Amino acid sequence: MSTATGGSDVQPAEYDNRDAFADELIALARENPRVVAVCNDSVGSSKLGGFKSEFPDRLINVGIAEQNLVGVGAGLANGGFVPFVSGAAPFLTGRALEQIKADLAYSQYPVVLCGMSPGMAYGELGPTHHSVEDLSWLRALPGLDVVVPADRLETRQALRIAAAADHPTFIRVGRFKVPDVTPEGARLERGHWTTLRDGDDAAVFAIGTMVSRTLRAAELLASEGIEVRVVNAAYVAPLDRAAIADAAASVNALVTVEEANISGGLGAGIAVEVAQSKRRLPMRILGVRDEFAPTGSNDNLLDYFGLTASAISTAVREALSDV
Amino acid sequence: MIANDVAQTDLWRSLKEDLANASALQRSALLTEEARQRRRQNVRMISEAGQGHIGGDMSVTDILTVLYCHILRIDPANPAWPDRDRLVMSKGHCAGALYTALASCGFIPSSELSTFMAPGSRLNGHPNRLKVPGVEANTGPLGHGLPIAVGIAHAGMLRSARYRVFAVLGDGEMQEGSNWEALMSAAHYQLSNLCAVIDRNRLQQGAPTEETNALDPLAERLHAFGWEVRTVDGHDFEALIDAFEPSSGGRPVAVVANTTKGKGISFMEDDVSWHHKVPTDEQVRTALEELA
Repeated sequence: MSTATGGSDVQPAEYDNRDAFADELIALARENPRVVAVCNDSVGSSKLGGFKSEFPDRLINVGIAEQNLVGVGAGLANGGFVPFVSGAAPFLTGRALEQIKADLAYSQYPVVLCGMSPGMAYGELGPTHHSVEDLSWLRALPGLDVVVPADRLETRQALRIAAAADHPTFIRVGRFKVPDVTPEGARLERGHWTTLRDGDDAAVFAIGTMVSRTLRAAELLASEGIEVRVVNAAYVAPLDRAAIADAAASVNALVTVEEANISGGLGAGIAVEVAQSKRRLPMRILGVRDEFAPTGSNDNLLDYFGLTASAISTAVREALSDV
Repeated sequence: MIANDVAQTDLWRSLKEDLANASALQRSALLTEEARQRRRQNVRMISEAGQGHIGGDMSVTDILTVLYCHILRIDPANPAWPDRDRLVMSKGHCAGALYTALASCGFIPSSELSTFMAPGSRLNGHPNRLKVPGVEANTGPLGHGLPIAVGIAHAGMLRSARYRVFAVLGDGEMQEGSNWEALMSAAHYQLSNLCAVIDRNRLQQGAPTEETNALDPLAERLHAFGWEVRTVDGHDFEALIDAFEPSSGGRPVAVVANTTKGKGISFMEDDVSWHHKVPTDEQVRTALEELA
């Protein structure tokens, strides 16, 4: 990977994944007249303005009513449509969790849930507006895919895969600007993770906003002679068990990094797999440490919870020292 | 998906035809007999399973009988027909009543009703659309069916489909906020292909609705939310048939069907303790005699 910035003064361009979401949704809607958008008054924050002007009849705004929002999505799928149901991630998942469970996952209606501005993107607005529980909640639902794209390209590909699926998918659509990390020509595949950098001392599994930071951490460690494998684990469900098994067999320590509560997200999922494998490996699970965030910007809070390149590299060193 | 029970579907088709050609008096007689058979099946199912929601099953049976035998445009041989009318059973705990209706259409064989809630049976205590043909949504938690029906109605409007959508709700369930979210948006979008049927038996699990969290004036409230409201006797077949006429004014229709919980079994009628109590063998005998 040449996009990581270690040692360089040039900052790579960074992008709001919601723009990629908005463009790709319009592209999908042009290709397929059955693509519709459903939102909870979030036309602006879900970046649906362009969709609305091009397809006014195909945007259903149910107002500030998330339970109805998700139920309506299930009904549209019953009626033969491909609904993209979007809303701020904390409200879409928390307020309508039972609808996501019963109407989508258990009923297997192929609705695409677009959780906008996830993680701690709403920084100073506080924990009511943070969505760091979503991965724990949603990973517990069988039959629901959970995807956390790391950049623009992956966001577009995740939308396209979900639109063609015969089951429901939740996609985190990031607001916090991130650089491109996906190599040119790489294709996102359901349940398969992408290795962005090879190494056999330790493996770091990262998602979303944490992928570019993990690549920078790997550069820092490489300068000390520690070679780290960096895996973009975009599909939090289904997990890529082969990638976990492969790492568990070939490196000496595992680290996971996510902008989510560590109680049940990516790291917890990987730990469950590793705990049941033959080899015992030291692990560090980085994320929100089961605590409501203090006041701060998204950047401040990522610092607070140790979700920086420097903190990730420290965690790798510590895990390796347990060996 | 297992194919429909062809012989039973043929019987159902001929009943439909008879009903279409019958006088009002004959029609009521035919529907009364059909509903009585279903109640008998339902009592046996609950007795065998040792579980079930008998009170609400009995109150909603006449509503489902009219809908499945006379109103809905459905094809049990093709349960996924894209232009079928939809019935979303929001009061999913009354799966027993739904299964007897689906069996009488031949979606599932009547012989399977005896597996109700048995280990491994398709007939779970709450319906599963992936296992039982004719089921539109996996309901059970209350307040889910109407939002789903609103989405199906939207889909029908968007593609100018002819189908109608019926959501069958319990009255206690109207205490769920999600229903009022759905009522607002259905009226806002003028979903005239949507009909919400409220089984107004006035009893919820442990007490009368009006003593728990009062719903009245229910019809006025629904009207204020922008719906065309029709209040009827939910055990009067002709009144129900009229109430299920399509919307006349471009608005969604709410049918408030006044019913009796435990209807048809004297010792259960309007008695809150029969929400999900299971009758003894002797009570089953008495019930079946009354429904003979």
